[in-house]
Amino acid sequence: MSATIQTLEPAERPPTTMTSRLDGELLEVSMGPQHPSTHGVFRMNVALEGEIVRKLKPVFGYLHRNHEKIGENATYLSSMPYTDRLDYFCSMTNNWAYALSVEKLAGIEVPERAEYLRVILAELTRLQNHASLLGFLLSDMGAWGTPLMYAFRERENILDLFESLSGSRMMCDYMRFGGCRVDADDAWLGRAKKIVDLFPKFLDEFEELILQNEIVIARTQNVGKLSAELAINAGITGPMLRACGVNYDVRKVDGYGIYPRFKFRIPLGDHGDTYDRLMMRALEMHESVEILKQALAQIQPGPVVNPKVKLRAFRPPAGEAYGRIEGPKGELGFYLISDGGPNPYRYRVRPPSFINLTVLEDLCLGHTVADVMVILGSVDIVMGEVDR
Amino acid sequence: METLEQIKNRAELAARGTKIDIVVNPGPSQQSSLLIDNEHAVAVAQFLRDHPALRFDYCSNATGVDWLDRVIKKTIKVKTIVDGVEKEVDQTTEERIPGYLEAVYHLYSMKHKHGPLIIRMRTANRTDGARLPSLTPIWRSAELQEREIFDLYGIHFEGHPDLRRILMWDEFVDHPMRKDYREPDDYEWEPTPHDDVLEKAKQHYTPRPQLDGAENITASQ
Repeated sequence: MSATIQTLEPAERPPTTMTSRLDGELLEVSMGPQHPSTHGVFRMNVALEGEIVRKLKPVFGYLHRNHEKIGENATYLSSMPYTDRLDYFCSMTNNWAYALSVEKLAGIEVPERAEYLRVILAELTRLQNHASLLGFLLSDMGAWGTPLMYAFRERENILDLFESLSGSRMMCDYMRFGGCRVDADDAWLGRAKKIVDLFPKFLDEFEELILQNEIVIARTQNVGKLSAELAINAGITGPMLRACGVNYDVRKVDGYGIYPRFKFRIPLGDHGDTYDRLMMRALEMHESVEILKQALAQIQPGPVVNPKVKLRAFRPPAGEAYGRIEGPKGELGFYLISDGGPNPYRYRVRPPSFINLTVLEDLCLGHTVADVMVILGSVDIVMGEVDR
Repeated sequence: METLEQIKNRAELAARGTKIDIVVNPGPSQQSSLLIDNEHAVAVAQFLRDHPALRFDYCSNATGVDWLDRVIKKTIKVKTIVDGVEKEVDQTTEERIPGYLEAVYHLYSMKHKHGPLIIRMRTANRTDGARLPSLTPIWRSAELQEREIFDLYGIHFEGHPDLRRILMWDEFVDHPMRKDYREPDDYEWEPTPHDDVLEKAKQHYTPRPQLDGAENITASQ
């Protein structure tokens, strides 16, 4: 299949302009914003020569909800539900990133059981996010939704856990500054343990069906190769960076929360292509299961809220802080400037999906239009986070 | 990671003529930052990225901040002579700081796994001097983020390869994240204006008659 497609070497590629060349015009196609496979309202203006992509310019802003301006006009606590809606698949990790930044800003301590609950919920979020991503990518490739439903079957179990704990499946609004909103009882922990114990069986079946599928292998290997130097320079984080072989995981580097207590490995890729990015997600799911097993075994009874934190009239001292976590999509950071008042002076989200799109053009040049969807799927974007 | 003073000294040696200040962060997070001047910013950034001990090769976050004109009141105790008796009196000084726009960059090192180093650049003012050098040639991750700062704050980055609006649409005017931004009151894209939106809309154009009589809805006084 790929032997008949001619891809030009970088030196031979024509200058990237949208106007015509001597031996043929470039066809401009706007992929999106209404598109079933662009992971939300996302638009790419591609200039094609036949089927080969010669230029690609992403256009975003269709889901811009001025989250940062609202953050300046709302108090610190009332911004917490807005953070659910950033990366709407992973509301628990968004909440944690924001709570961590405010805790850094105000110097708040978190009790131990709350830290364990945070780790458990974050790793459950990572599991359901990576499983959904593999499912969505295969739907984009044309697998008509069956792998997605396999992933969603597991995702629904995890979302049931979130719903019984926080009251909501996706927009959980669960973390507070100095802990968690509500405690988890032993019955909930028992259910979580059961789900975690059954997860490896699902992972083995899922990987065998998806990652050893010859169509997936043919469509994703050597497609969208990203070099490590470009990835580091372009600020790529998360599984996309580790697929290029760069060992940088904020859980290990910063050691935030109680992550240093858990033994887990960081999978790294060799080639930096799309197949490696898929493998990263699958391997990270295995490591998340390991962390979950340890956390569920080690968790002890205790308080989940820091009683010294005022919830209502919360005024952190003047100053600024940047707090970051390893979200499922990459490094999610919040930069807050406080002027001593109840509202932040500056509230900034560092969105991993937005910055991971910096290299989209570089990855797609020289590949076919069909590969663009596969590459975009492997970048793992959620428009709520890209546009805020 | 070395202390801020050490990094400042090294950078001042490497990029001759540059002047770097340390902006102390008063809060508990202890993340103080370096204020670098605009002419030598690219040289300083290159030094920070390439020096083997520092190797800040990963620019994690680039953000803009808007500071309006501020008056900072400082109260200090001064010994003065009042009615022939030497007393300590509170003396309040007012310092006027003109407004500026700021770009803040958070740098980490993936090689040495240290960070964050926070650098700031300030514009001359908020009107015609809102220009800063672009650090995109040094860190490509600043490309989309500087576009966003340009879009939402109006800082023009010189040297940026493709500076145009990113989150707002291309024909949008003004910069929404500024503190003195006032939203326009002609909602030409509002399909069914009513209440006070309709009042504002009527100043600009006559709204077309709606099938459901929405234009008859007036705001209750």
